[in-house]
Amino acid sequence: MSILKCENLSVAYENMVVFENVNFEIEEGDYVCVVGENGSGKSTLMKSILGLIPIRSGKVEFLNGLSKNEIGYLPQQTVIQKDFPASVYEVVISGCINRMGLRPFYTSKEKKRAAEVMERLEITSIKNKSYRDLSGGQQQRVLLARALCATDKILVLDEPITGLDPIMTDEMYKIIKEINKKNKITVVMVSHDIESAVNEADKILHIEKGVKFFGTTQDYINSDIGKVFVSRERNVR
Amino acid sequence: MSTIIEIFSYPFMVRAIIVGSLVSLCAALLGVSLVLKRYSMIGDGLSHVGFGALSVAAAMNVAPLKIAIPVVIIAAFFLLRISSNSKIQGDAAIALISSSSIAAGVIVTSMTSGLNADVYSYMFGSILAMGKSDVFMSIVLSVIVLLIYVLFYNKIFSITFDQNFSKATGIKTDFYNTLISILTAVTIVVGMRIMGTMLISSLVIFPTLTSMRLFKSFKSVVISSAIISIICFTIGIIVSYIMNFPAGASIVAVNLVAFIVFVIIGKIRG
Repeated sequence: MSILKCENLSVAYENMVVFENVNFEIEEGDYVCVVGENGSGKSTLMKSILGLIPIRSGKVEFLNGLSKNEIGYLPQQTVIQKDFPASVYEVVISGCINRMGLRPFYTSKEKKRAAEVMERLEITSIKNKSYRDLSGGQQQRVLLARALCATDKILVLDEPITGLDPIMTDEMYKIIKEINKKNKITVVMVSHDIESAVNEADKILHIEKGVKFFGTTQDYINSDIGKVFVSRERNVR
Repeated sequence: MSTIIEIFSYPFMVRAIIVGSLVSLCAALLGVSLVLKRYSMIGDGLSHVGFGALSVAAAMNVAPLKIAIPVVIIAAFFLLRISSNSKIQGDAAIALISSSSIAAGVIVTSMTSGLNADVYSYMFGSILAMGKSDVFMSIVLSVIVLLIYVLFYNKIFSITFDQNFSKATGIKTDFYNTLISILTAVTIVVGMRIMGTMLISSLVIFPTLTSMRLFKSFKSVVISSAIISIICFTIGIIVSYIMNFPAGASIVAVNLVAFIVFVIIGKIRG
């Protein structure tokens, strides 16, 4: 059952086309990795799906009960956040903001949800710590917790392992897989780490000015473009 | 003690203290969001535009606030656009707008009344400038700012911490950003005649920076900024009265002392 569909989606900055005629459908429960060269438009694609940047043509559809504000988004970190005074709890519970509407305060249900998510990601013990004092891995967990507060259905992760050491990277992948398999939350992850992408994800979306490949990971590894991209990225490492 | 009783026996001092402390409170609250989003320069830019507008209003013999408030609100709108648009160099654009506004103000004034005490007081502030309408205005303004802060506190946090996340979850970030910059514009116009063009932006910036030295959560920074701003304003205006210093400069000096004290305590605590 598809929950997200892009039809002939095109995005341009000024007059520079980032990508054109992108078509794909995400099924409920999918674990999709979005791969491609730097600057190929992976992050831009995610942002256009989330409505953060204007679409030039085509459309993004949310289907079968998914609405646009039910997406749990983990954006790339910004400069602002480096010295931002915010406790872990404040950041996590701000994920519930999409449920609030005009209501000014969080309900006890939302507070409980935040507590449960923190428990699940094992960050309850650092609940009152300042976000800026955390390690990169802990910060990503906090942002993931916030995204989980926002959704029960689909996570969009934009390079969630950037800047993490190998141990923290493995942990992060483990958590994401668990969320996908156990909690049945659809995962769409932008990644520059092709090795892990083909190990972790069930489907691959390869973007290069448009869709170069979309299908199962197995088919991708056997495809021409997949072979070239995977082996070249391996050699770079 | 007798000095404090003396201060409160002058109606103009009472007015200045009411308006000043309310404006400090508003500036500090709005400042938390502006400083954390790296929009500090907007406050500075707005005060310069305010100077231009006040000078032109004085030259035309119109009530200064009637011209200055709309002009500065429009400027706030543009400055925000410029700052959030990475294609234009935001800081350079703000500097251009600031100096051009000052130039316009000075030229208009010298063409009419000449550079007189009014212009001087716009530059460096004067506690004599506050009338009854300012008292009314500042009360209304601070009620609005406080209400908005209470009602939209969680949204303001979310937008300040992560604009993209908030926008993705359906919050109208542009609306809140515009709201904050309009309120900042009004705060600055009301406050700049006490503090002066050159000094008003300190009310926006100092309390947040000071609080951030010691406090680690958003809520504590907001509360601490509000308290620090009112305390620093009050001490500043008393010092200015006793020592016969200009009010704006004294208040900034007190804010600076508070900042240094917080830096030192922060370092000691590690």
